Amino acid sequence: MIDGAIVDIAVTDGVISSITGARDPKADAASSAHSIDAQHNLLIPGLVDLHTHLRQPGKEGAETVLTGSQAAVLGGFTAVSAMANTSPVADTAGVVEQVARLGREAGLCDVFPIGAVTVGLEGKALAELSAMAQSQAGVRVFSDDGHCVHDPLIMRRALEYVKAFGGVIAQHAQEPRLTEGAQMNEGVVSSRLGLTGWPAAAEEAIIARDILLAQHVQSRLHICHLTTKGGVELVRWAKAQGINVTAEVTPHHLLLTDESANGYDAVFKVNPPLRTNEDVLALRAGLADGTIDIVATDHAPHSSDSKECEWDVAAFGMLGLETALSVVAEAMISTGKMDWATLVTRMSSAPALIGGYTDHGTIAVGSRANLAIIDTEALWEVDRNRQASKSKNTPFHGRTLPVKVMHTIFNGTHVVSNGELTGMKYE
Amino acid sequence: MRHLLSIDDLSLDQVHVLLDTAKELAHVTSGPNKKLPTLRGKTIVNLFFEDSTRTRLSFEAAAKKLSADVINFTAKGSSVSKGESLKDTAQTIEALGADLMVVRHHASGAPRILANSGWIQSQIVNAGDGTAGHPSQALLDAFTIAKRAHSGSYDFNGLNVAIVGDILHSRVARSNVSLLTKMGASVTLVAPATLMPLGAESWGARISYSLDEVISDSDVVMMLRVQSERMKNSFFPSEREYARDYGLGTSRLPQMKPEAIIMHPGPMNRGLEISGAAADSAASVVLDQVRNGVHMRMSILYTLLGGSLASVSTQSGEGGAK
Repeated sequence: MIDGAIVDIAVTDGVISSITGARDPKADAASSAHSIDAQHNLLIPGLVDLHTHLRQPGKEGAETVLTGSQAAVLGGFTAVSAMANTSPVADTAGVVEQVARLGREAGLCDVFPIGAVTVGLEGKALAELSAMAQSQAGVRVFSDDGHCVHDPLIMRRALEYVKAFGGVIAQHAQEPRLTEGAQMNEGVVSSRLGLTGWPAAAEEAIIARDILLAQHVQSRLHICHLTTKGGVELVRWAKAQGINVTAEVTPHHLLLTDESANGYDAVFKVNPPLRTNEDVLALRAGLADGTIDIVATDHAPHSSDSKECEWDVAAFGMLGLETALSVVAEAMISTGKMDWATLVTRMSSAPALIGGYTDHGTIAVGSRANLAIIDTEALWEVDRNRQASKSKNTPFHGRTLPVKVMHTIFNGTHVVSNGELTGMKYE
Repeated sequence: MRHLLSIDDLSLDQVHVLLDTAKELAHVTSGPNKKLPTLRGKTIVNLFFEDSTRTRLSFEAAAKKLSADVINFTAKGSSVSKGESLKDTAQTIEALGADLMVVRHHASGAPRILANSGWIQSQIVNAGDGTAGHPSQALLDAFTIAKRAHSGSYDFNGLNVAIVGDILHSRVARSNVSLLTKMGASVTLVAPATLMPLGAESWGARISYSLDEVISDSDVVMMLRVQSERMKNSFFPSEREYARDYGLGTSRLPQMKPEAIIMHPGPMNRGLEISGAAADSAASVVLDQVRNGVHMRMSILYTLLGGSLASVSTQSGEGGAK
């Protein structure tokens, strides 16, 4: 079902070969080598994640490109973007090509490496951005995510430099001095819990600065994981000026608030931190009206050792791939803030456009068959012990969420069927 | 009551039971028989991840007066990056045979994590966690205030309490605001704005940046320790300026009500937040706090480990522990 109409889609050699009005399902089954009857479900282009931590190379105990790909397709994604904060850091052509190769070997979805902006994510010297762009990985998105490119001159240079090959700098906006030792959103809850505060201004100051820099050098800026009402206002202003800025929000920042920290359970510790309900409402409004262009998961697997400890020493980050669609549906569709067509834009076609992932985000004759089929009526309970990710740090464990991913098709290969991995892969 | 993690978890009735029990235990152990057999056979572990000789000695004295066995464990640095994890340490200590752990930790929330994680079954008493809370200190402070400034009454309506100093980094301030306002007192926090947490206005206390505006109305002036290293992070420009604006100096003493008391959780920085004259004045109840601390901690251990007030008291009408 697309836009309420029941259609038949034929796929030949990984490419959509026809889209027609529904015929007799029995005839389909007879004429086709492999068919899926999904007339009661919704067909959408495969989801695209612009912000994914796959942890390989270096932290294979938390996640690998393979397990991350499995989590991705179970969540309806057909493309993910592997963040650069691996060990070694993805700051050379060699590392990004290695990650891309691991993605091809997994064969479940496209794995697009993101390159580091600076050498070793240290914020001091530009990494070889052009070499990464010209590598077989064809990197176009660069980010020091986990760290802010805080030196204004380095940020300016990076924004300028990537213009030569149509790149974009994805900024992790966090002013370092204002967030020394910071543990959670600074406000009423942090003051009561005695956890060091992370002011909204520390995020917004960098967003404001980088918007002005992007305007000045006429380049493309992408703001990672926006979390504050003030940040939404800044991006809204920038867009009104015609500045080339895009922004993302994570599913968890659309649903959870800093009150989650009340029990000191470090599964709720994340960078940037969960904010207030007022911020959540502003993020939802921004996503609905397009100020925020996309949803990105910031899928951040961590081993249990890094989470089963004091809040202060726990790692930042949450799983996202397997719950993203459901969480966004809960925050945006169930609340009546957004329709399905807009959700698909925010989670598939818009991120594909920002990343330059031309094989994703559309359902049309001649385009690659990267598709998901979802049951919009289903409810399911999140179980951290029944996920494909190697890690268990989902903040939604035990929560009942709407919408289930039934099938995922990657380049015509049926990689998820009835919510389970089929074992097939695209070669 | 299984654990004592935070004042916020306590009902007013539970607070009254703890205060009554402390009073009875103080009375019973004031005679020739200084030790009670009540907790014989129980093992209490003082699990201290942060130096605090005073609090540890106070809990140790309390446990021994109730005939419990005491094991002291001091571990510095507990993060996964610096050796043994909190989980491993706690499970190891429990395997030694602990019934109750008195936990002091530099990380806010660590005692609550130990109580709720399911790693161990021991009962937990929070002996100070990060900048979050120090419930036994607040209880002993309330006990001291009731005795010295309020003729034994637990109804603190009409009582004005000023808490002065480094509120931002103070677990004592947080627990005291929670407890004293619960008991009816009007609490005013006094600090330079750099040492006042954003959001503190939600705690139910008034906020002031001027000690001089507050001091003359206060029945209780509670001074907090200010660490001079805060100066390095630009919380205030110099010790001299801090002492002049927020210290309880000799010149401020005459502004106090004649019957007002001076409190300090210790250790004191004489000459910084409190002058020698103030610390040694008749208004100072600092040593009373230390004495009452032992009785309050006896009450906490006694109540949590299943002691009943009726068994030590021949006069109290209150029921057993809740």
